[in-house]
Amino acid sequence: MSHKEDLALMAHLMRRAGFGATREELERRVAKGYEATVEELLNPTDEQPPGQVALMLRYHPSFLLPGGVPFAAQANWMYQMLSTQRPLEEKMALFWHHIFATGNSKVDNADQMLVQVELFRKYGMGDYKTMLVELSKNPAMIFWLDNNENHRDAVNENWGRELLELFSMGVSNYTEVDVREVSRAFTGWTIAPKLPRLPYGRFSWKFEYKEEDHDDTEKSFLGQNGRFNGEDVIDIIVKEPATARFICRHLYNFFVADEPQVPAWTIEPARDEEALELMIDSFVSSGYDIKAVLRTIFTSEFFKKARFAKIKSPTEVVAGTLKMVGEFQFPDYGLLQIGKEPTYMGQSLLDPPSVEGWHTGNEWINSGSLLARINFVADRVANTSLPGVQTIISQMKADGVRTPEDLVDASLEHMGYLELAEETKGQLLEYARGGGNLDWKDQETSGRRVGEMLALIGATTEYQFG
Amino acid sequence: MTSTKKDPVVVILQLTGGNDYFNTIIPYNDSIYYDNRPYVKYERDQIIPIDSQLGFMPTMGPVKELYDQGKVAILHGIGYPNSPRSHFRSMDIWHTCEPDKVGTEGWAGRVARELDPNKENVLTAINFGHGLPRALAVPGVPVASIADLGTYGLLTGITDQSQRNKALELFSRMYSPTVGGGMVGDYLRATGTDAMRGADIVKVAPERYSSTIEYPNSPIATHLRDIAQVYLADLGTRIFYTQHGSFDTHAGEAAAHPKLWQEVSEGIAAFFQDLHEHGRGDNVIMYLFSEFGRRVHDNGSGTDHGAAGVSFFIGDPIKGGMYGEYPSCKPEHLEQGDLVPNYDFRGAYSTIVEDWFKLDGKPIVNGNFEKMPVLK
Repeated sequence: MSHKEDLALMAHLMRRAGFGATREELERRVAKGYEATVEELLNPTDEQPPGQVALMLRYHPSFLLPGGVPFAAQANWMYQMLSTQRPLEEKMALFWHHIFATGNSKVDNADQMLVQVELFRKYGMGDYKTMLVELSKNPAMIFWLDNNENHRDAVNENWGRELLELFSMGVSNYTEVDVREVSRAFTGWTIAPKLPRLPYGRFSWKFEYKEEDHDDTEKSFLGQNGRFNGEDVIDIIVKEPATARFICRHLYNFFVADEPQVPAWTIEPARDEEALELMIDSFVSSGYDIKAVLRTIFTSEFFKKARFAKIKSPTEVVAGTLKMVGEFQFPDYGLLQIGKEPTYMGQSLLDPPSVEGWHTGNEWINSGSLLARINFVADRVANTSLPGVQTIISQMKADGVRTPEDLVDASLEHMGYLELAEETKGQLLEYARGGGNLDWKDQETSGRRVGEMLALIGATTEYQFG
Repeated sequence: MTSTKKDPVVVILQLTGGNDYFNTIIPYNDSIYYDNRPYVKYERDQIIPIDSQLGFMPTMGPVKELYDQGKVAILHGIGYPNSPRSHFRSMDIWHTCEPDKVGTEGWAGRVARELDPNKENVLTAINFGHGLPRALAVPGVPVASIADLGTYGLLTGITDQSQRNKALELFSRMYSPTVGGGMVGDYLRATGTDAMRGADIVKVAPERYSSTIEYPNSPIATHLRDIAQVYLADLGTRIFYTQHGSFDTHAGEAAAHPKLWQEVSEGIAAFFQDLHEHGRGDNVIMYLFSEFGRRVHDNGSGTDHGAAGVSFFIGDPIKGGMYGEYPSCKPEHLEQGDLVPNYDFRGAYSTIVEDWFKLDGKPIVNGNFEKMPVLK
């Protein structure tokens, strides 16, 4: 593989397994090697930047306990995505947020939403059973799906149903009786009595198991009988073939290529059945280990070939662009607003439209969201005062970028080795030719033309894919 | 879809944060008001009486003038059962008409879909502000969202106009249907073309607009002026949506609440004067709502989240007056210290959908609810 091809592949990996990378980071990672990078992503050793919490507390006190101010929690997470030294761990937190979609619209306690994200970071690449058990004890989830209203003598099926339908097996793999039995197994899994809200703040919530409110009698679930508690039920669930298929298909949709929306999965065949089988094998043979599936994905040919086969989520657009232009590597002024940007494009972080999460793929795109995406990207990459854009400009100068052809090619490389349709590329070239060759003696004009070309590339349909 | 001047139009103004109903339409002759509001009340002599019992809070003078002209309908006690008293949840309920589960389709977006089923006009519904309120969000329904009419459009960061024109030409070529790229690519190009067409059409609005009315300097007045410009340009927009806030006055209500209502009232007055100057007030109604009212008893500096609220219809087609009943303020009639809603907000929506737009309300608001005869 040529060096350029290595860089392009690494850019693909870092877009999917993280939030993108600058050219400098790509070079560094290519020098280390693809497989080694995958291993590092799977087993991150670098801690978060030292003093990060103190920094955030000093610059944006509302970040850490945002309470009743949800956009501060969104900004907190966005900052973590931009500054993380553990990109795959952070990307997995976003993945689980897509699946275990919990909304602050109901939870109304942004502190607890951040606690849930922390849980995703901690268990997101481990074994699936532990993840589900921890999720079952997560106060935001308990409140979101009303398990605090699930009592021995008055069963509430909300959590039990979604655990089966949306978090593990998918519809049509269990009966209504199973839903009932799972719900009974989770009676008594609640949160300690909640204190009333403060006007601006929120009290923290704690998981509590109330034995006296737990239905300890015999249950019959998926053909097995016993005095099951929640953990026993999860033990059965993770071993179900339907669970392996359902979770792997989600991982495929998130990391490899856009699948149809989840409700269609019982009808529509998988986009790549062979790939899915490989993933399922890893999941089962590793004892339901998410990390094993991720390793299979990132080292596979089907992944390497799936460049630009997904529409980027709004969060990926915002985080990827900000990383490219080098904004908010430090909690500067303005960061508090930046968490709202994905909302303007249709993805309000920590507040999905429902427990079914967001519809992904081309459903991210409508006329309002497309305008917001294009303008957000264009405004930033054309801003030649931003550090990342300055770096791109000086690299182009150092690389001897001169002709309109050079300009288009170099800009595409800096924007993640983007591949364009021939027609689109031809049109960009024609546009670039209108300005003639770059004259680096006039640094300002050349820089402006670079920024403009980056903006135009950001406006293409192709750039909406990642 | 060509627009005719007769097409009914609604302007929805959302008072975000929970407007204090008890301090907006005030039972000024009831000692309960003064007893419950040791810190957060308006003085008796500043309240603008409507009748012997109720009055507008002091900075709603411009709305009172419209009321005296018979153009304002006050809907008392609006809300829904079992208010969660959460902004986000409550706003969701108002936006999706789904009080029991989390809904995904916005009611106003559904109206837009019915008004323009073939998506002939990309500007059938426009939001003025950042992002898209869930009320307007329905998959597949094009809705424009304009933060600032003067700078709305694609690639607005390019300040050199001739440079920008070149970039936009390039954009339209890159998004032309002849470029290959599969189904998703086709969809993206069609959407991009819609967005650009919308931006292109709407930019004529400020150019065509001329008016002697001076709008006050506030964000809501600016949005209302933008709405007037687009409406007067006859671009076929039927639903305008905007918001003002924050009405979440847990603290400092005595200072914030009058300011907020002054901005809203003056903005509304200027908007209707503008329509009248152009002789175009006859097919526009405005609807004001907030996600809930606030607690009857103040907390020393503000008020906490409550339940029942107040809505307003304003416009020439409106039969002015008071509708419904002010909920009882007696302590034994409150729920968790809050006024209890006695009118379902989905009835107000049904009034708009059925009596104004002549559409079937049931599938849009998810059921049958009592309408109010507010239209002439």
